[in-house]
Amino acid sequence: MKAKRFITNTFVHILLAILSFIWVLPIFYVLLTSFRKESGSYKSYIWPRGFTLDNYANLFKPTSQIDFFRWFTNTLVIAIFSTIIAAFFVLCVSYCMSRLKFKMRKPYMNIALILGMFPGFMSMIAVYYILKGLGFLETGVLKQVALVMVYSGGAGLGFYMAKGFFDTIPKTIDEAAYIDGATKWDTFIHVTIPMSKPIITYTLITTFMGPWVDYIFAKVIMGNDTKYYTIAIGLWTMLEKEYIETFYTQFYAGCVLISIPISILFVLTQRCYVEGLSGAVKG
Amino acid sequence: MGALKKNKLQTTSGRPSDASVGEAIAKGNALTKCSLFVFGLGNILNKQIVRGLIFLAIEIAYIYYMVTFGISAIGNFMTLGTKEQGQTYNEALGIYEYTAGDNSMLFLLYGVITIVLTLAIIFIACMSAKSAYCTQLRKERGMHIPGIKDDLLSLREENIHTGLLALPIIGIIIFTIVPLIFMILIAFTSYDHEHQPPGNLFGWVGLDNFKTMLGQGSKLAATFWPVLGWTLIWAVFATFSCFILGIILALLINRKGTRIKGFWRFMFVLSIAVPQFVSLLSMRTIFNANGPVNVLLREFGLLGATESIPFFTDPTLAKITIICINLWIGIPFTMLSTTGILQNIPADLYEAAKIDGASAFVIFRKITIPYIVFVMTPNLITSFTGNINNFNVIFLLSGGGPDTLDYYYAGKTDLLVTWLYRLTITQKDYNLGAVIGILVFIILATLSLLTYRHTGSYKDEGAFQ
Repeated sequence: MKAKRFITNTFVHILLAILSFIWVLPIFYVLLTSFRKESGSYKSYIWPRGFTLDNYANLFKPTSQIDFFRWFTNTLVIAIFSTIIAAFFVLCVSYCMSRLKFKMRKPYMNIALILGMFPGFMSMIAVYYILKGLGFLETGVLKQVALVMVYSGGAGLGFYMAKGFFDTIPKTIDEAAYIDGATKWDTFIHVTIPMSKPIITYTLITTFMGPWVDYIFAKVIMGNDTKYYTIAIGLWTMLEKEYIETFYTQFYAGCVLISIPISILFVLTQRCYVEGLSGAVKG
Repeated sequence: MGALKKNKLQTTSGRPSDASVGEAIAKGNALTKCSLFVFGLGNILNKQIVRGLIFLAIEIAYIYYMVTFGISAIGNFMTLGTKEQGQTYNEALGIYEYTAGDNSMLFLLYGVITIVLTLAIIFIACMSAKSAYCTQLRKERGMHIPGIKDDLLSLREENIHTGLLALPIIGIIIFTIVPLIFMILIAFTSYDHEHQPPGNLFGWVGLDNFKTMLGQGSKLAATFWPVLGWTLIWAVFATFSCFILGIILALLINRKGTRIKGFWRFMFVLSIAVPQFVSLLSMRTIFNANGPVNVLLREFGLLGATESIPFFTDPTLAKITIICINLWIGIPFTMLSTTGILQNIPADLYEAAKIDGASAFVIFRKITIPYIVFVMTPNLITSFTGNINNFNVIFLLSGGGPDTLDYYYAGKTDLLVTWLYRLTITQKDYNLGAVIGILVFIILATLSLLTYRHTGSYKDEGAFQ
């Protein structure tokens, strides 16, 4: 019995080791290439001939087409603003759907379900023309405002996760607050929100990550305004045919640089993420 | 009969603010009925000046908009423009000059906006009648008639949902609903690469686009059906492979004998933390014809010096490669959420089972698995629909390629969504793009309605509370 358990355990550990090796390998390759001394894209060998930090240093020397630092700050600003707005929207809507009883509740949830079934960027062209019609595509700064609106505008539809979380907070807590004379608004702000840290963090992270990884909408709205690019379109540009030979290694350096803060953020809040997925109050 | 009785009961004893619009119109006095056409009338005459004036101001603004712009916009919307952009020869300068024509696209857009505004005004008309009726009831019953201050205070209590939902709904209307109506309408026009405003007009063509897309014989139909087939195959494989393997991985990590659980979890979570376009773009370079995988195989002598495995250029292999790479992305997600669920299974369930003498396997089969399935089913459906619309993976990995001449601007690994993207962004066949969008919607709607309504957590929202 003991021997059998030992064998299973060894087997499981070896399997996990192999799997995690596979999972880490691509990330390792990205790191390796970002330190590669020889420029140019594909090589006929794996291990770099030399290592350098120049790829990172060069990222911060803006050229006419590539301005990594600016792209980074652009994205940061856009991400912060759209996160605040989107998180507010999500929390408001999910609180209403979970806690309040009103006539439009079920219809709203069904409409949200239906709208979610249309491919997101089917409406991209229309959004583009609406923004153009409203005059938001005149200058670079206005385009950034437009991008914030696009990222946060539809946030009220993505309430399922937070609603599910609010559903797990016992109603009796709310009722206790009402008895103490709190209005529903007070209850929302002072009771529900403080109890919902995991799901708030979850909402914040997911919306914060959006602008860093989306480039389709960003590309459509920004067009060729390189100065106002977000990081994702910027990095994508580096892989275009005319740039790939020069910027291939720098592309990976850029990837590493933006992955680090996002990874740290992510791993630190992994707990909240898991808790957010599974409920509020442990029995 | 019972319902009628109940209804009557509500109007006599229910709170005035619960009255429905139909009731307001049927049972309201003349003033209430007038409020349907002159917004806020009932409120103004009953000392609710500010509320009434806001209603009235909205109506005046709408009428002003309709007179100056809206009515002509509706007219243009019907025709989508009649005057084509022309060229006249300017003899003095010796060049052709363009005379401005109608812009069908703008006409369509303004038409949609006007229609949405009109719907909004009808909604506000109902609100106005309801508000007047509510005040009428209060007056009849001798209740306090709330002023603007009371109205604002009610936003914190009984009307809190209005306050909380107002901004999100406006956002949804502007950025989701209006664009969606616009694109749905485009599916019924001839807005393709040959009819691009402002140079050319496009018009209504009815169901023609759908007929060519779904019919037989055309190149479009010959593209649509295979692409649809691959989209469904992809969605099934991508969803279930990640789901099952993710659960297995989570169980492996969380089983009793496994050491350093946190470390294993971290190794897999790392791949989620890396932005998806970074990992996908590097995967693309890794599996490139000259990428590291092929280089490695050459160094081991498994391939000749110039040979390479066509990971993304052979149609069948490309599909397999994409599904496998998707495992790399998807498994950690399932692993993570399953871990959360496993840690959350009430311990007393296990204890009770143990007391009853259930073996570890029975506990696993009768408690763990049903619990995971219960919590994860909605998740499974969203990830299935998400995979049908999984633009990123396909676009960043293969770009839809390998391309083929048999298809109408699509590649062998194109999903409906990536094909939609190509048709609209590169090809500018907006009408075809819109048709695909609608078809994708129909597919998803049918699938979700069939499955979602039958899942436990939809029927019984508070089952595990």
